[in-house]
Amino acid sequence: MASSAVTPSTSFLVDKKDVGFSALCTQHSFPCSAQVSKKMVSKKIVSVMAPQQSERKPSTTGAVKTGMTMTEKILARASERAQLIPGDNVWVNVDILMTHDVCGPGSIGIFKKEFGKNAKVWDREKIVIIPDHYIFTTDERANRNVDILRDFCTEQNIKYFYDIKDLGNFKIFESDKLTLQANPDYKGVCHVALAQEGHCRPGEVLLGTDSHTCTAGAFGQFATGIGNTDAGFVLGTGKLLLKVPPTLRFVMDGEMPDYLLAKDLILQIIGEISVAGATYKAMEFVGSTVESLTDKTSVPYEPVYSDGQARYLSEYRFDISKLEPLVAKPHSPDNRALARECKDVKIDRVYIGSCTGGKTEDFMAAAKVFLASGKKVKVPTFLVPATQKVWMDIYSLPVPGSVGKLVRRYLRKLVVIHLRAPVAVLVCVSTTNRNFPGRMGHKEGQIYLASPYTAAASALTGFVTDPREFLQ
Amino acid sequence: MAAAAAFSTPSTFNLSSATQNPNFPSLPALSSSFKLAPSIANSPIHPFKSLKLNRSTRFVSAAASSPSAATSSASAATTFHGLCYVVGDNIDTDQIIPAEYLTLVPSNPDEYEKLGSYALIGLPASYQTRFVEPGETKTKYSIVIGGDNFGCGSSREHAPVALGAAGVAAVVAESYARIFFRNSVATGEVYPLESEGRLCEECTTGDVVTIELRESDCKLINHTSGKEYKLKPIGDAGPVIEAGGIFAYARKAGMIPSRDA
Repeated sequence: MASSAVTPSTSFLVDKKDVGFSALCTQHSFPCSAQVSKKMVSKKIVSVMAPQQSERKPSTTGAVKTGMTMTEKILARASERAQLIPGDNVWVNVDILMTHDVCGPGSIGIFKKEFGKNAKVWDREKIVIIPDHYIFTTDERANRNVDILRDFCTEQNIKYFYDIKDLGNFKIFESDKLTLQANPDYKGVCHVALAQEGHCRPGEVLLGTDSHTCTAGAFGQFATGIGNTDAGFVLGTGKLLLKVPPTLRFVMDGEMPDYLLAKDLILQIIGEISVAGATYKAMEFVGSTVESLTDKTSVPYEPVYSDGQARYLSEYRFDISKLEPLVAKPHSPDNRALARECKDVKIDRVYIGSCTGGKTEDFMAAAKVFLASGKKVKVPTFLVPATQKVWMDIYSLPVPGSVGKLVRRYLRKLVVIHLRAPVAVLVCVSTTNRNFPGRMGHKEGQIYLASPYTAAASALTGFVTDPREFLQ
Repeated sequence: MAAAAAFSTPSTFNLSSATQNPNFPSLPALSSSFKLAPSIANSPIHPFKSLKLNRSTRFVSAAASSPSAATSSASAATTFHGLCYVVGDNIDTDQIIPAEYLTLVPSNPDEYEKLGSYALIGLPASYQTRFVEPGETKTKYSIVIGGDNFGCGSSREHAPVALGAAGVAAVVAESYARIFFRNSVATGEVYPLESEGRLCEECTTGDVVTIELRESDCKLINHTSGKEYKLKPIGDAGPVIEAGGIFAYARKAGMIPSRDA
C-alpha cells in the first residue's frame, strides 16, 4: 500500500527503484521504522502481524527475557547488547552518517576542533555527503559551504560525495537527450538520494544532520536526525550515545482507496497524535511492504522484525478504506481538516516537491490528475523533483493508467533543490513537510499541507480541492 | 554562561566555569575538565569569553558579580538570573532561526555572533517586543520561557547556537522537541529546563527571574510577580551536561581519548 503511492493497480508502471520510500515515515524528528519483506506489492491492504523469528541463537535465548520491538532489536545489535529496554542510554555503532551543505561545515568544524586538524574520520565509506539545500545560487556563503565539503572529502578521501561544481547549469540534460551534462555527481535531495543510491538498508542505524532523516525508516532501519555536535562526534568515533525510544505502533487496515496517498495517511496520524505526539518515540508501521533491494545495494543486510510479544507504548488502528483526502491547515502539521471542507479557501500557489513530495510517484500522481482534467492550472504551480533520477523518470515515463502520454507533457520547468525558495505567498497548497509560520518565506503565509493529488486538484481550480473531483 | 562556549564545543564550555562564570554547577566532576585548559589556552575563543563576562556584569544583581557563588560547596546551586522573554507553544526552528540564515556556519566565530543577532527573528508579528533589537547582536533577555514542544522542526544546531550566541543562558519550557533538546545538551549553548505546568502563561516578557538548580530541588523565582515555580530535574541529560557536553562526557567515560593524549 504505502510502497505504491499512486494506486495499487497492477497496470501502474512501477519503477522498482523508486518504490518504497513513499512510505509513511514523513513525520519530522522522530525515528520510524517499517516492516520489510520481500513480498510482492499486493492490491489488498491487510493488517499483518510481524512474523515470528523462527531461529534464535542459543546464546540469546537465555538472555532475552521479553520480546523486543524492531527498534529495540536494531539498537541492541548496534550496541552489541543482547537486551535493551526503552530508556536505556547506549553507545550505538553507526552504519551510515549523512550530512549536507547546511550542517556539514559546522560538523566538520567541530570534528577538527575536537579530534585535531589532522584527524581522520572513522570510516571513509560510511559517510555520505550530499550538498542539496542552497544550490544553484549566487550566494557566496552558500557556495563556500559546498567548497568546505569538497575540501574535506578530498582530504579524507570520502567515498560518497555527490558534488556540484557547475553552478551555472542546473539542467541535467538538454530537452530529449537523457545524457548527463554538467554535474554528473550531483544527486539532489539527500533523503531521496540516500535511498536511490542504496545507502538505506534494513536493520542498520543511519544518522543524518537533518530532521527528516527518519524518512529512511521506510527501509526498516533505525534512522534519525542529529545536530552538528553529535555528527562531529560520529565523524571521529563512528558511535553515538542514544536513548532507546519506546515504540508506538500504527496498524493500517483495509484497502487503500485510489484517491489517497501516503501523505493523507500521515496527516491522519499527525492529526491524531499531534506534532509532539511521538517525541522521543519510534513509530512502527505495520502493513507496508518494500520491494527487494537487490538491485540497489550489494552490501549484505538482514531485515529485523519485531517479536510477537514485543511491548509497545500504544497502538493506533486506522481503517484506511474509510479515510478521505486531508490537509493540514496553517500553521501546524497537526491542524488536520478534510480537503473537501476547505473548498472555499482561495489559493495563490501550489508547490509539489521537496524531500516529502518530490519523488517520482508524486509527479506521477500530479500528472494523473492533470491528465484526467485536461485543463490548465489556474495558479502558479511549482514542480520540484527531489533528485536528478526523479527528473529523468518524469521525462521518460508515461502517466499511470495511460498509453503514450508522457508525464513530461504535463509538467514543465523543473528545478532540483531541497529547500523551498522563499516566496511572499499569501496562500499555498504544498506537498512539503511543515507549515509553521515563515516556513515558505513570508511569516504570514498560509500553507496547507496536502498530498500531490490534492495539490494538483487545487492547482486546477484555484481553491483547496478534494482530488475526487477529478479522479472519480 | 552557557553561551560562553563560543564554538559550541562542550569542552570549551568547561573552561569558563567556576573561575570566571559561576553559573555552572561547581561539581567535583568538573575538575577533570580543567586538564583541557592548556590545550585550549591559545584558542581564539578567549576574546569571546571576555565579551560574555562584560555582558553579564551589566546585570548588577547577576550571580557573576558575587564571586563567592563560584566556589564549590556541598549544596552547590547553578543559578541563572535576568530578564525573561515569553513565547508560546510549538516554537519551531524556523522561528528561532529562519532558513535564510543557515548558510552561517556556527563553528566560525564571526558567523556565530551573526547567528545570535538573528535569534527568534522568525517570530510572527504578534510578538510585539523584539528579542534582539535591530542593529544589536545580543539580547537583553537571558532566559526564554516557552510552552509545549519548544524547538520542534529541524535538526539544525543553529537554533540553540543562535540563542546561546545571543546571550540566552537557559530555556524553561513545558516540553521540548527531541533534537533541539539533544543539541542544547551536546553543545552546552543553553540549559534546557522543563517546568511543571505552563510558565508561559504565568510570566510576562520583561519579568525579572532567577533560576536555581540544586540536587534537592530546582525552581524559578519570578521577582516581578513574587511567585515561585518548581522545575523538573534535568534527568538523563544531567551527566552529559555536568561533564560539559557530549565530548567531555565521552572522555570522562573513556570512550574517546583526552585531547592531550
